[in-house]
Amino acid sequence: MEIIACIKQVPDTESQIKIAPDGKSIVQNDIKWVMNPYDEFGVEEALKLKAKNGGTVTVVSVGPKRVTESIRTALAMGADKGILVEDAATDDGDSFTIAKTLAAVVKNIPYDVIFCGQRAVDDDEAQVGAMLAEMLNIPHVSLVVKEEVDLAAKKVTAEKPIEGATLVTESSLPVLLTTQKGLNEPRYASLPGIMKAKKKPLETKKVADLGLNAEDVGLAGSKLKIMALTPPPQRSAGKIVEGETPQEKAAALVKLLREEAKII
Amino acid sequence: MAQGVMVVCEQRDGEIRKISYEVLSEGKRLADKLGAEMTVVLLGSGIADKAAALGGYGASKVFVADDPNLAVYTAEAYAKAIDGIVKQADPAILLMGASVEGKDLSARLAGKLSTGLAMDCTAVRIDDGRLVATRPIYAGKAFAEVVISSFPQMATTRPNVMTVTPPDTSKSAEVVKVDANLSADDLRTKVLEVRKEAAGKIDLTEADVIVSGGRGMKGPENYKILEELATVLKGTVGASRSAVDAGWRSHSDQVGQTGKVVTPNLYIACGISGAIQHLAGMSGSKVIVAINKDADAPIFQKADYGVVADLFDVVPAMTEEAKKIM
Ligand SMILES: Cc1cc2nc3c(=O)[nH]c(=O)nc-3n(C[C@H](O)[C@H](O)[C@H](O)COP(=O)(O)OP(=O)(O)OC[C@H]3O[C@@H](n4cnc5c(N)ncnc54)[C@H](O)[C@@H]3O)c2cc1C
Repeated sequence: MEIIACIKQVPDTESQIKIAPDGKSIVQNDIKWVMNPYDEFGVEEALKLKAKNGGTVTVVSVGPKRVTESIRTALAMGADKGILVEDAATDDGDSFTIAKTLAAVVKNIPYDVIFCGQRAVDDDEAQVGAMLAEMLNIPHVSLVVKEEVDLAAKKVTAEKPIEGATLVTESSLPVLLTTQKGLNEPRYASLPGIMKAKKKPLETKKVADLGLNAEDVGLAGSKLKIMALTPPPQRSAGKIVEGETPQEKAAALVKLLREEAKII
Repeated sequence: MAQGVMVVCEQRDGEIRKISYEVLSEGKRLADKLGAEMTVVLLGSGIADKAAALGGYGASKVFVADDPNLAVYTAEAYAKAIDGIVKQADPAILLMGASVEGKDLSARLAGKLSTGLAMDCTAVRIDDGRLVATRPIYAGKAFAEVVISSFPQMATTRPNVMTVTPPDTSKSAEVVKVDANLSADDLRTKVLEVRKEAAGKIDLTEADVIVSGGRGMKGPENYKILEELATVLKGTVGASRSAVDAGWRSHSDQVGQTGKVVTPNLYIACGISGAIQHLAGMSGSKVIVAINKDADAPIFQKADYGVVADLFDVVPAMTEEAKKIM
C-alpha cells in the first residue's frame, strides 16, 4: 500500500507572534519550528496503515531548508522517505499554490491514501487538503477521527464529526483524508528511529523539476494576498468581582453579567 | 464581467441553518455597497419550497439544485453542482459560512474554480469595488487583511460573528431550478450514516454561551456542575486540552489553538490557567469570565470579570443565582 503524508512546518504553538516591520509578515527570529500538530496525526495514521497493509510511507513538504528537520522527525517516527520542494519560488504562497506544488510532486508517485492535517496552526487556512484532492481528481474526507481501509474492495470508511453529529462516510480509493485530534496518539520518535532516519532518503526538488513555472507558485502565483497583519484587538484585565463569600461573589457576578455586560 | 454577490446556503435535513442567515445578511450588505444583486445557491433534495422566502433576506434569485444525491452533503457532488451555477451566473464574490461543511466545500470549490479563498473571516468589506476580508491567523494571535486577485473572490465567515438582519417577509426571490449534472465521478464519497448526538447539544463553534472546565475540575464527574450552569444559561460545555488529554471530556470539546476556536457572547473559564494555546482559541469571545483560585493565573489578564475563588463553591452558587433571573 502506498501512503503519502503531507506535512508543514509551523511556529511552535508556544510562540508569541510579533508582526514584522513590513506589516505583512511575522518576526521569525525567536521562533521554534515544529511539525504542524495536525500533520502528526496524518503521519501516525500513515504508519498504522503501513503496519497493517505493508507498503511505503512517503512524507512530502514544501518550504525552506529548515523543513528537513520536520521531515526527519517523520522519518524517525517510521516513515520511509521524504520529499521536500525547497525553492525560494514557493515562498509566501497561498493554499492554492501549495496544493498545486504538492499535486505536482504527488502525481508522479503511486498512492492509495494521502493524509493532510485538517489545517495548519499558522495560517489556519484549512484548504490545502481539499484543494489537493480536487487537483488530483480524487475524493477527500476532511476532519477524520476514524478510518478503515479495505484494500481488496478499494474503499475507505471514515468518521467525521460535524456540528451535533458524526458522519460515517465511504469513499473509493485513492482518497485524501484530512486528520485531526481523536484519530490517534502520534508516537514519539525513538532513539533507534532517530538514528535510522539519518540514513533514509530525503530528496529535495526545485519547482522546475516538477514542470511548474516559478510565476505559478509562491507569492507570484497566489490568488490570496495579505495586505496587512495587525495584532488582535487588545483585551485587558477587567474587574475582579468582590464579595465576602463565594456565594456573594457568584451573586455579584450574575448581576454584572445581566446589568453591566447585558449578556445574560 | 463578474458581478454581484452569491451566497451558498447550508441546509441540514431540509432546514436552512442559522449560519446561512448570518452569511445572507452580510452578503446583502456587500451587494448593497457594490450596488449589485445578491443571488443564492440552495442544494438538497426536496428543498425547493424553502427558496422563495430567501428573498426576505435580500436575494433577488435563488438557484436551486434539487437532487436525491444532494440530500446529504458530500464535497465532490456539492462542488460540482455549484461550479456549474457559478460559471453560469459569474458572481464577483462568493460567500458561505465557515461551518464544518462550509470550510470543506469552499476549499474543494476554490480548487475547482482556481480562485482564492479567505477562510473563516471575522469581517468583510468592499474597498474600491474589491472584497477585503479580515481573518484571524495563529488562532487569533494576529489578524490578516487579505484580498483576492481572481474571480469569484471567495470567503467564508466565522459562525456567530455576523449580525443577522431581520427578514422582510413580504419579499420573495425568483427561483431558478438548475440541474446538478452529477456523474458517477462526483459520487465517489457516500454518507452511510448520520449519527446524531444527544438532542440539544450545541456545537462549541455555534454556541452563544460556553462554560469551560480545565484541570481544576479534578475529574470527569465534576463537569456536572458546569453542565447545570450551561443549561441555565442556554449554553454548552467546553474544556482545556489538559481535561481532554486526561480523558475527562471528548476531543470535540477542546478549545484552543489545536482545538476549536470559539466566539461566543459569553465564555466562562473554570479552573483553566490560561495557557497561550487556550487563550488563542477563546480570546475572540465577547465577554470572558474567569473563575480560578489562583489570583495570578494568566487567564485573569484576558477576563472581563474575574472571580478569585474555589470553582466548586462559585459555580453552583452562580447556577442558583442565574436560575432566579433566567
Ligand atoms: C502543541 C500544543 C498545543 C496545545 N493546544 C492547546 C489547546 O488547543 N487548548 C488548550 O486548552 N491547551 C492547549 N495546550 C496545552 C496548554 O499549554 C496547557 O497545558 C493547558 O491549556 C492547561 O490546561 P488547564 O488550564 O486546564 O490546566 P492547568 O494549567 O493545570 O490549570 C489549572 C488551573 O485550575 C486552577 N484550579 C485548580 N483547582 C481549582 C479550584 N478548585 N477552583 C478554581 N480554580 C482551580 C488552578 O489555579 C490552575 O490555574 C497545547 C499544548 C501544546 C504543547
